[in-house]
Amino acid sequence: MQFSDFDPLKGKCLQVLAPDGEVDPKLLPDFDDDTLRTVFRHMLAARLVDRHCMALQREGRLGTYPPLEGQEACQVGSALALAETDWIVPSFRELAATLVRGVPLETILLYWMGNEEGSRIPRRFRLLPVSIPVGTHTLHAVGIAMALRYRQEEGAVVCYFGDGATSEGDFHEAMTFAGVRRAPVVFFCQNNAWAISVPRNIQCAAESLAVKGVGYGMPGIQIDGNDPFAVFLATRMALERARAGSGPTFIEAVTYRLGPHTTSDDPSRYREDAEVEKMRALEPLVRYRCFLEKRGLWSQAWEDDLVRELEGWIEEAVRQAEVHPGPGPQDVFDHMFAELPPHLARQRAELLAALAGEG
Amino acid sequence: MAQLNLVDAINRALREELEADPSVLLLGEDVGKEGGVFRVTEGLQQAFGEERVIDTPLAESGIVGVAFGMALLGLRPVAELQFMGFLPPALDQIISHIGRIRNRSRGEYTAPMVIRMPYGGGIHAPEHHSESNEAILAHIPGIKVVIPSTPADALGLLKCAIRDPDPVLFLEPKRIYRAVKGEVPDGEHLVPLGRARLVRPGRDVTLVAWGAMVREAEKAAEELAGEGVEAEIIDPRTVSPLDVEAIIASVKKTGRCVVVHEAPRTCGLGAEISALLMEEALLQLRAPVVRVTGFDTVMPLPKGEHFYLPDVLRIVRAVQKTMSF
Repeated sequence: MQFSDFDPLKGKCLQVLAPDGEVDPKLLPDFDDDTLRTVFRHMLAARLVDRHCMALQREGRLGTYPPLEGQEACQVGSALALAETDWIVPSFRELAATLVRGVPLETILLYWMGNEEGSRIPRRFRLLPVSIPVGTHTLHAVGIAMALRYRQEEGAVVCYFGDGATSEGDFHEAMTFAGVRRAPVVFFCQNNAWAISVPRNIQCAAESLAVKGVGYGMPGIQIDGNDPFAVFLATRMALERARAGSGPTFIEAVTYRLGPHTTSDDPSRYREDAEVEKMRALEPLVRYRCFLEKRGLWSQAWEDDLVRELEGWIEEAVRQAEVHPGPGPQDVFDHMFAELPPHLARQRAELLAALAGEG
Repeated sequence: MAQLNLVDAINRALREELEADPSVLLLGEDVGKEGGVFRVTEGLQQAFGEERVIDTPLAESGIVGVAFGMALLGLRPVAELQFMGFLPPALDQIISHIGRIRNRSRGEYTAPMVIRMPYGGGIHAPEHHSESNEAILAHIPGIKVVIPSTPADALGLLKCAIRDPDPVLFLEPKRIYRAVKGEVPDGEHLVPLGRARLVRPGRDVTLVAWGAMVREAEKAAEELAGEGVEAEIIDPRTVSPLDVEAIIASVKKTGRCVVVHEAPRTCGLGAEISALLMEEALLQLRAPVVRVTGFDTVMPLPKGEHFYLPDVLRIVRAVQKTMSF
């Protein structure tokens, strides 16, 4: 398989696992049974965490939260293609990729609870903290990729972003830099059809987003983003290209945001429920469950056990995040500089005195 | 007189100006079908059509730069940025082009446009959704910066901003979008730019505050009144250009001044107001000007934002300090 077999200008799109659970045996990755089940486990874990987060937000126990429901295959399939030496540069909806990387769930929860400690992600994970300003981080991914090459370190970079980000100027600058510098970076666009209320066809007039690669001198490929095998294959191939010094790749993973943009958003104002229902039939867990069942790798009892185990893990992480003492007033100041400058030391003392009721 | 909140008042201003002037149009992310993430533009696309209320791609520099192009041809675009935290990509357009065009073309071209955006903290919003960068904007030549603190002012100021011959940045304190209701006159209501509002008269100390901080200053003034201190509150309403005369006149009367703002302290507008008082009212000052502000730090996430935002406690302490100087 080569990228040129799936030319987006000819309307090609890579799919291995169809919505009915049938696979293209020529393209199926060589996964053993345990790995096949692990893919399901990761997707289910993200789904369950996501639903817990939505519920916690409704109960006032979590701040504004951007759900990923529907995008599990995009993130699990791609994150599983990464080596430990590869970097992840996420936007803000990459819960599943972050979990696959092994970041503790309580850390992720702390961030969405409004605690800075949630962005303290140890460097060994090679995963940057969430980036909320849309598209700005695509340039950081290119910089990291250029630095890896300069330092002759192993590894490549996967940068996640959405269809909306492809409209931002920074995205185009990132693609330009990556192309010219042949940076070892994979631009992974999760086209989830909606940027808050703006549908994909209003976001960009091109037939596909994958064609954008052409204009920057890199291959672009459109893949079925609800098919973890297609995602895995495309990402692996792009990473091999990157590591071989052949430069960047643009992947458009076509998926669907089943939930709202964030908990602050009401999608019923701009899209029909019928559309969402139609897309539910195509979501990744449904088809992957069918696939496993056909191979004798799935039973309801197995999934029930898995759910019980994952629920226990989630409840423990929520408990740990909720007993976290939270920031004190000094936390506002103490991470601003390596050494606290005098004016900030004064402001810090002033706040502490005010809170203590001292004159 | 109608009772409106800030969101309703801004919506009414936009509706009235769209009705009155076919050269007015709106553009921004989610402003059309969605009616804006805070519902400020609710119903306007339905009323005025997709050609005048435009849902744009997700690109702040694009929104502002395109609006500038429209203004060059004589339209009066009102661009919306979804949050002030997403202003930075558009700053290049504002600094490099919008604030300069009248001067560099010697008046051949102008930019009669408005850029609206919600700003400020206090609603437990996610990262990048709580910034107060009005001082950065006030430092840019060639643009005006307006901040309403009441529904009536929001209506009258926005209408004047849209009609203004020069570019106006219109910052909406989202903490009081719905928290403050007030009487708004029926019929045409205009509030000229550059003129302060006397929020509360008092003889002992002048509090200068704008946006959501006006409400905090009012609460502090109530508390201080209980201690026998009569605080006068001035809301400049336009932070660039400032109504210097109104501030000076008040401080010449009271002899004391406390400036309250959410934005970081260093090079904030408190510093500017303090310098103006040094220039114009030095001999009437009975105590140094005190600033109650956000800190020179990153705006904390929700769990820590109450440490950062000026509140009644900090304002009252500052006033006590200046009274006992």
